[in-house]
Amino acid sequence: MQFAIQWLVDKFSFLSPISILLLISLMFIVGTVVLLLAMLYEGLGTYALRKIGGDIQVRIGPNRVGPVGLLQFLADGVKLFLKEDIVPTVVDKKLFILAPFITFAASCAAFVALSYSDRLVISNLNIGLFYLLAISSLVVIGVIMAGWASNSKWSLLGGMRAAAQIVSYEIPIGLSLLSVILITQSLNMGEIIRSQSGGWGILNWHIFHNPFVFISFFIYFTAALAEVNQTPFDLPETESELVAGYFTEYSGMRFGFFFMAEWGEIFIVSAIAVTLFLGGWQLPIINNLDIHIYLKNLLQLGVFLGKTFLLIYLMLWIRWTLPRLRVDQIMYMCWKVLLPFAFFNIIGTGLWLLIFKGKGIPELVIQLFS
Amino acid sequence: METMLFYFFAFVAVATALLVITRRNPIHSALWLVLCFFSLAAVYVLLSAHFIAIIQIMVYVGAIMVLVLFVIMLLNLSEKELGDAKPTVLKFCGVILSGIFMVLLADGVKVLAPQAAVSVDEKFGTAEMLGRLLFTDYLLPFEIASLLLLTAMIGAVVLAKKRR
Amino acid sequence: MLNEYLPILILFIINIAFAVGIIIFSHFLGPRKSSAEKLSPYESGVPPVGDTRIRFSVKFYLIAMLFIVFDIEVVFMYPWAVIFKKLGLFGFVEMFVFIGILLIGYVYVWKKGALKWE
Repeated sequence: MQFAIQWLVDKFSFLSPISILLLISLMFIVGTVVLLLAMLYEGLGTYALRKIGGDIQVRIGPNRVGPVGLLQFLADGVKLFLKEDIVPTVVDKKLFILAPFITFAASCAAFVALSYSDRLVISNLNIGLFYLLAISSLVVIGVIMAGWASNSKWSLLGGMRAAAQIVSYEIPIGLSLLSVILITQSLNMGEIIRSQSGGWGILNWHIFHNPFVFISFFIYFTAALAEVNQTPFDLPETESELVAGYFTEYSGMRFGFFFMAEWGEIFIVSAIAVTLFLGGWQLPIINNLDIHIYLKNLLQLGVFLGKTFLLIYLMLWIRWTLPRLRVDQIMYMCWKVLLPFAFFNIIGTGLWLLIFKGKGIPELVIQLFS
Repeated sequence: METMLFYFFAFVAVATALLVITRRNPIHSALWLVLCFFSLAAVYVLLSAHFIAIIQIMVYVGAIMVLVLFVIMLLNLSEKELGDAKPTVLKFCGVILSGIFMVLLADGVKVLAPQAAVSVDEKFGTAEMLGRLLFTDYLLPFEIASLLLLTAMIGAVVLAKKRR
Repeated sequence: MLNEYLPILILFIINIAFAVGIIIFSHFLGPRKSSAEKLSPYESGVPPVGDTRIRFSVKFYLIAMLFIVFDIEVVFMYPWAVIFKKLGLFGFVEMFVFIGILLIGYVYVWKKGALKWE
């Protein structure tokens, strides 16, 4: 984005009405493209979910629409689109209608702050990570609203459970990301990724920096699973006991927005993990390639998306493998296991940085032998 | 552009704040408050207080509003328990009192001499800047804040676990 | 700096406009055959019983309260983490005291059984 702005500033004098008009229309175009890509991903995500589920359970999965069922998501989308728009009579109408929009908007707004490649940054916030945490905490409001407004017992129970679970797991998430911030000294997504470059390839990734960060990654990943309501933490929407949780009463596209929001969140939490722990768009081979800058950025984008999709695949794998936990087990896990470990990790990382003067394990090993 | 945005968000903040106190349904009030916090965050961004803006969303919208909503649902007042609308006398008194408060506030603001807009550097309002101040000049308030949080924690437990 | 926030605002506008547009569109495209049963809340196929707006357990309140406390703590730790290398040992001790005081509260809460979900 900033390059586009720079170009416009050079081309016209900045404050001329034409440039502002161009700038705003450019942003609208970019925004629409981001939204459309996000929706495409969300559609393909549901396809992957069912196909992987089929594979793991030795079924075939969707295979009717298009080649190997690839167009299934389009069919699903059209089906949702053509469904009857039902707003039950007993609901709190305003809130019922508003809730999916809030959840959807919050999950889409997070896509802006990610750093997709060296240059492909839509919104280069200096507090990018913090922005992501804040915007994803908004989802809770939509969930509570949906649960309460539906005026159905399943919805209310699911909404309250979801809210309690999501807010609880936000704390381990915040704390486990902190140990990486201690190393990078920046909240900017681009800078965090750039600080993981260097001569030792993937050993430069923060996950290998020291043992505490290594543990932090797993704390983050576990908490992130709970944050996006994935199995084994899918208590809020357990279809076998709460019907569908907080969106029981929703149908058609209104349900579709909750669904898309969920996939958006899954992408965001995986992308945060990739950015902070797994080197973002960096891959040693591509870093050293001497090619045109646009091509390089394209490759980096591919690497970033590839790593993110790998993590998403891991989530789906877990989803189709593990049984669901009980509510009290989920709360136990968060407050009595993840929280103390996260605190321990922060203090540990701080001590490590003080003792070894900010050097990670790879650097120390190299020093030992030289 | 910036002035326009400021007026827009300031207007939204005031309008939603008014809606918060005039809605009968407490849940609706709470959700207008969410929008109010959002426009306040936008005003913070316009003042280049980025970190504060994000905290506004994270703590107020993401945490405190959740508590408020939980408490409203916990009490779960029915239409009957909410009682009839307040008598006109009380409303009248309220308007007069808030009018007096507004005059006092305006008087207080007037004392601050109008200053020319100060341009701030790039780093202003970022986490680094805030941290540098908080952990050197304002160290004592920071440590006292931990005591405050400790009190809040104990208070919550004492209140909620009273009759066991 | 403000340039970086404009895309967020615009994306919000696009999102909402898009979502509202789709809902309106699908509202007119879909069939409309409503009946009293269809519009009543779902309760596994039987007529709804009793009032939905039951009072909730106090444990939700407790979780939300503890969440606020820890959330504020996390918020305090981010500016600290960002300048940790500049502060050095001094900063570490500062945060150690801060976390230490809060750990007392954490142990108290644990011992009182407030973290147990009954």
